[in-house]
Amino acid sequence: MIRAAFEPSIVGFLCNWCSYAGADLAGTSRLSYPTNLRVIRVMCSGRVDPELMLEPFLRGADGVMVLGCHPADCHYLSGNYQAEQRVHCVWMVLEHLGIDKGRLCLDWVSAAEGARFAELVAEFVSQVKRIGPAGHEESREELSRQDFIWRVRVGMRVTGTEKFRWLVGRQKALLDDKNVYEEQLSGERLRDLMRTVIAEESIRAAIELLTEAGPMSVKDMAEALKLPARTVLEHTAYLKRYGFVELHDILGRTPRYVSPRYTQAKDEI
Amino acid sequence: MVQAEKGSGRKTVGAVLVIGGGIGGMQAALDLADSGFFVYMAEKKSAIGGVMAQLDKTFPTNDCSMCIMAPKLVECGRHLNIEVITNSEVASVKGSAGDFTVRLVRRPRYVDQEKCTGCGVCALHCPVGAARDQFNADLGCRPSIYIEYPQAVPLAYIIDRETCVGCGLCETLCLAQAVKYDDEAWEREIEVGAIIVATGFDAYDPSERKEYGYGRFPNVVTSMEFERILSASGPYEGRVLRPSDGDIPRKIAFIQCVGSRDRAIGNGYCSSVCCMYATKEAVIAKEHAPGVETTVFFMDMRSYGKGFEAYIERARHEYGVRFVRTRVGEVVEALDTGNLILSYETEGGAIEKEEFDLVVLSVGLRPPTDGARLAESLAIALDTHGFLETRSLDPLATTRPGIFVCGAMQGPKDIPETVTQASGVASSTGAILEGARGSLTRRKIYPEEKDIRGIGPKIGVFVCHCGINIGGVVDVPSVVEYAKTLPNVVYAEENLYTCSQDTQKRIQEKIEEHGLTRVVVASCTPRTHEPLFQETCREAGLNYYLFQMANIRDQCSWVHMRKPIEATEKAKDLVKAACAKAALLEPLERIPIEVKQSALVIGGGLAGMTTALDIANQGFRVHLVETAPELGGHLRRLHFTLCGDDIQTYLGDLARRVMSHPSIDVYLGSQMTDVTGYVGNFKSRIIECNKTNGEVNSEIGSEIEQGVEVEIEHGVVVVATGAKEYAPSDGKFLYHRHPAVVTQSEFEEALASGGFPTFIERQDQDGPIVMIQCVGSRDEERGYCSRVCCSEAVKNAIRLKRMDPKRDVFILYRDVRTYGTREIYFEEARDLGVVFIRYPDDEVPIVCSSIVGNPETRCEGNVGKNYDPGPVTVEVTDTLLGEKLAIPAALIVLSTGIVPDERNKAIAQMLKVPLDENGFFLEAHMKLRPVDFATEGVFVAGLAHSPKTIDETIAQAHAAAGRACTILAAGTIMADGIKSEVTKTKCAGCGLCVEVCQYSAVELDDKDNIAVVNTALCKGCGLCAATCRCGAITLKGFTEEEILAEVDALIC
Repeated sequence: MIRAAFEPSIVGFLCNWCSYAGADLAGTSRLSYPTNLRVIRVMCSGRVDPELMLEPFLRGADGVMVLGCHPADCHYLSGNYQAEQRVHCVWMVLEHLGIDKGRLCLDWVSAAEGARFAELVAEFVSQVKRIGPAGHEESREELSRQDFIWRVRVGMRVTGTEKFRWLVGRQKALLDDKNVYEEQLSGERLRDLMRTVIAEESIRAAIELLTEAGPMSVKDMAEALKLPARTVLEHTAYLKRYGFVELHDILGRTPRYVSPRYTQAKDEI
Repeated sequence: MVQAEKGSGRKTVGAVLVIGGGIGGMQAALDLADSGFFVYMAEKKSAIGGVMAQLDKTFPTNDCSMCIMAPKLVECGRHLNIEVITNSEVASVKGSAGDFTVRLVRRPRYVDQEKCTGCGVCALHCPVGAARDQFNADLGCRPSIYIEYPQAVPLAYIIDRETCVGCGLCETLCLAQAVKYDDEAWEREIEVGAIIVATGFDAYDPSERKEYGYGRFPNVVTSMEFERILSASGPYEGRVLRPSDGDIPRKIAFIQCVGSRDRAIGNGYCSSVCCMYATKEAVIAKEHAPGVETTVFFMDMRSYGKGFEAYIERARHEYGVRFVRTRVGEVVEALDTGNLILSYETEGGAIEKEEFDLVVLSVGLRPPTDGARLAESLAIALDTHGFLETRSLDPLATTRPGIFVCGAMQGPKDIPETVTQASGVASSTGAILEGARGSLTRRKIYPEEKDIRGIGPKIGVFVCHCGINIGGVVDVPSVVEYAKTLPNVVYAEENLYTCSQDTQKRIQEKIEEHGLTRVVVASCTPRTHEPLFQETCREAGLNYYLFQMANIRDQCSWVHMRKPIEATEKAKDLVKAACAKAALLEPLERIPIEVKQSALVIGGGLAGMTTALDIANQGFRVHLVETAPELGGHLRRLHFTLCGDDIQTYLGDLARRVMSHPSIDVYLGSQMTDVTGYVGNFKSRIIECNKTNGEVNSEIGSEIEQGVEVEIEHGVVVVATGAKEYAPSDGKFLYHRHPAVVTQSEFEEALASGGFPTFIERQDQDGPIVMIQCVGSRDEERGYCSRVCCSEAVKNAIRLKRMDPKRDVFILYRDVRTYGTREIYFEEARDLGVVFIRYPDDEVPIVCSSIVGNPETRCEGNVGKNYDPGPVTVEVTDTLLGEKLAIPAALIVLSTGIVPDERNKAIAQMLKVPLDENGFFLEAHMKLRPVDFATEGVFVAGLAHSPKTIDETIAQAHAAAGRACTILAAGTIMADGIKSEVTKTKCAGCGLCVEVCQYSAVELDDKDNIAVVNTALCKGCGLCAATCRCGAITLKGFTEEEILAEVDALIC
């Protein structure tokens, strides 16, 4: 019932030179497409940071489009390739978090493709309608709105980590050229590594987010995250070693951890 | 000529007339306007753009034509020093170089160009709907009031008087009151110092070739029509449909050489571009209509340009385009299907018939129909084909001093060559008008910028009705009322046309009246109108970057016409987002970069010398560095051109002019060892080697011992390091083993000295001379075509035949690539009796000989240098006869290819510019920036870029000079304010940003190991900001906060 009336809210990042021009041409040609899309112009699709791809979901978007120049057409030579690498990695993050990756769209539109732009928008809008409002993941278990936001926040933390960003940034060069040992890395190996990084960083991000809200024990966190306590302990220890969480107190025999941000916020109050 | 002009003390006018607003005319105009000359651009149509605007994709990169060209269109349209005069033609020219008076006639447009906003309401309602749409190659219709194409510049409508019935509707609809039925033709006299002819070409009309049925069979179309069919903005929106029934064709045939290489119709020349564009269309057709079979029927595959051979191979193997070598005899229509049956003879001699759904005729390039009339009014000569006459050693000059030519009007050519010539003529023009540089250009004076610090955002919002374009759908007054409620907005109003002159004044008044510190305009697209409003703000003392636009027309009212409520909601959101971003905007600085007004030219061959002379003649200092002890490079080995010019005399004269030029410092036997800096401010070290044997080690610096080191400062660099002739090694083709085997340039040397090489004397004197093509080209090792070898072979064969008509000459080839007007010499060679034998791609001819005294032995290169050779024989498979031939030869001439210099790598590293997969320098963009590198201020010319002929090298050298002078002449460059900025404390020095930046704009600081952005090189794409591991990089003008503010406003 809800879905019939559902009009998704969609944010599109369009590069100035091709896709934004294509969107303009759709207008010049008076082609109509759904009104759900709100466009933000950037100079290059390569400007769209992974965090920018996720942030709209936090603020209530149901779908995000990143549109750039066709391969080899990029006004800045290679920005679209970088955008492509990034979107692929963000898709992996979404998959890991159980968010339908169909909510994030990457495509190419040239300055002459007004009709294609209109079609893409229409297609994406109906795709997001199929998936449902943020939280109603068609292909996954139904999430609550709150849970959805939680997962996006975890995702944003992950895409903000140095490890993730380093791999994303190096990915193209590593696949195009050889690595530092003059070896050719396979795409599969790199993807495996990326998956591992995403999985580990997700746990750490979740722990950080939990401890930012207040002191938590390993057992509490394990329950909240539905993870083995041992795994949570390992990551908590790691975070503590680098100062991302600190020991708050020990209740009975159970230590509780807290993020320094929580402590800071409390101090400020 | 140049010197004489300067010395004469006559008046020199600092303005130039460019005739033709296609890609060539635009490039020439932009380069000239950027180097200090005022440009009048006369275009006969109602909008500039030319043929390139009609193309869908361009080879060999499959770039979208409009995407890459639109920025140049817009720049021409709004350049302060370019005046575009559309609908106009040249009536007469008086005067001489430096001081011409030109009479232009302008046909009426019936629409006031100044008032028309391009909104298009008139066209939407025009009752005439069936006028032929020439832009769409007549495949579609358009109204009587129209624009050439949606992105047209100037964006003003025109009435087609022939089809207009004069009903008066458009005048009543036009709220801008731009329609002017009483418009009349008028004349105008302008004074210019030079004239550039860039009229381009006309496509051949194949109706004349009756056997192909064009005009009779609806499914026979020209390549131009097919280009529009493929285009997403074309008549079928990019769907591959055939005209007779709108079905998707299953089989498409491309017939090559229609109107080219055809002496019967008087077009004996080759049109140079058809092999490539047909292959491109065959590839794109497959992309647009998966499953379609495409076949190209061709005579010789002329994929001679940079990256072309690889493109053809990809088309063949990756896309499955079929290539059939033949000349199609006839096309007939099948009775009821509308299909077409092609008859052709295979190479083996069999007659085949094959049915296709659609036939594309690859029509050739002809001189424009009014070319002769134009030449007459300019008093310049045409060549035998109707193109403008030029000399191969001065390819851009017409027969009248002060009038230059670029593009297809000089002969058939593709886009990069046109663009190259365009930048080249800009340089040649600059050299003769040097004294008048800057005398007529306009410069805007702006008031001091207001200091807005501490005032806080005070936003003014101007919402445009755009006639009824926005107002007819979006409830504009409610958007204005809504805007007034937004944070920081202190003023909002609606305008009929926000872009009109009077509204600009109004905006400025409101800025004063309300003390606005940010301006938001909600109207059309920032891609066309942002610069206009930014100017308005700046004129009122506001920084350019305190402006933001909301696109509520192109991306709102026009696409949601039937949903006015939603469209109004969306418009409000867009205005809200623009205001949210505007509140965060900061004034950004357009930083002036001082330019050292001198150039470093690396390489003293033909390209280097030509560039150096051009730059010096334009009044700038040049440092010319050559590794050899004398100037000349590869040219020293050539003696005459295809049309008979004496190269060594030319070279001697050129070298003398370079050596004696007061503004050129020549460093012979020298090398550049280091270069630092950036555009406008390079610093290089040059070491003068004391060794004069010309042999310099590939390892730069390894031979430098007691050399004198000089450090020079310069604003630009031109790489003109040349290339080398391929030399077969290990006794391949018995080269350097058998005395009767020589390379083409060795042969030329002998011909030039007046006799045959002495070794013929020892051999069978009457035997034939056999030339073998593609030695070291188009093979496994070097996949590219060396471009010049076919013409060189033809040239020397003709020379030989003239000296010794009885001697048999065989040329063993794979494809004869005498493209363009060089084809005439191929014809001449055949007329003289030179025999061309085609050998299969995978069966390279074998050169073998016996050993003296032992006729049974057979040597194919597997011999030492000192064997005693017997007569030499070539074994080749003749594809026409399908037989293996053994030709005993008096002399074997190897047409060896051109290979890149191995030193390129070191130079590329120093300058931070890329090489292509073959080792030649890789330009910034294959189509539109053929002599620029992505790194600004660095240019390339000559063989260092790719194999090319002498005239092409000269044109490219002029082009490099022309591009370089746009920087040198500016004195200071204004860098755009949108730049990346590093927060030092956050930077970890990982170098990711350095890696992703294509413009070498980010570097790691040696001392602190943190990233530093060179604002002179940064293009503002933001790639580094989005890549940075630690969030240390911000893109000013598109910061994270600004974008998030937009996101917030759009969703919440």
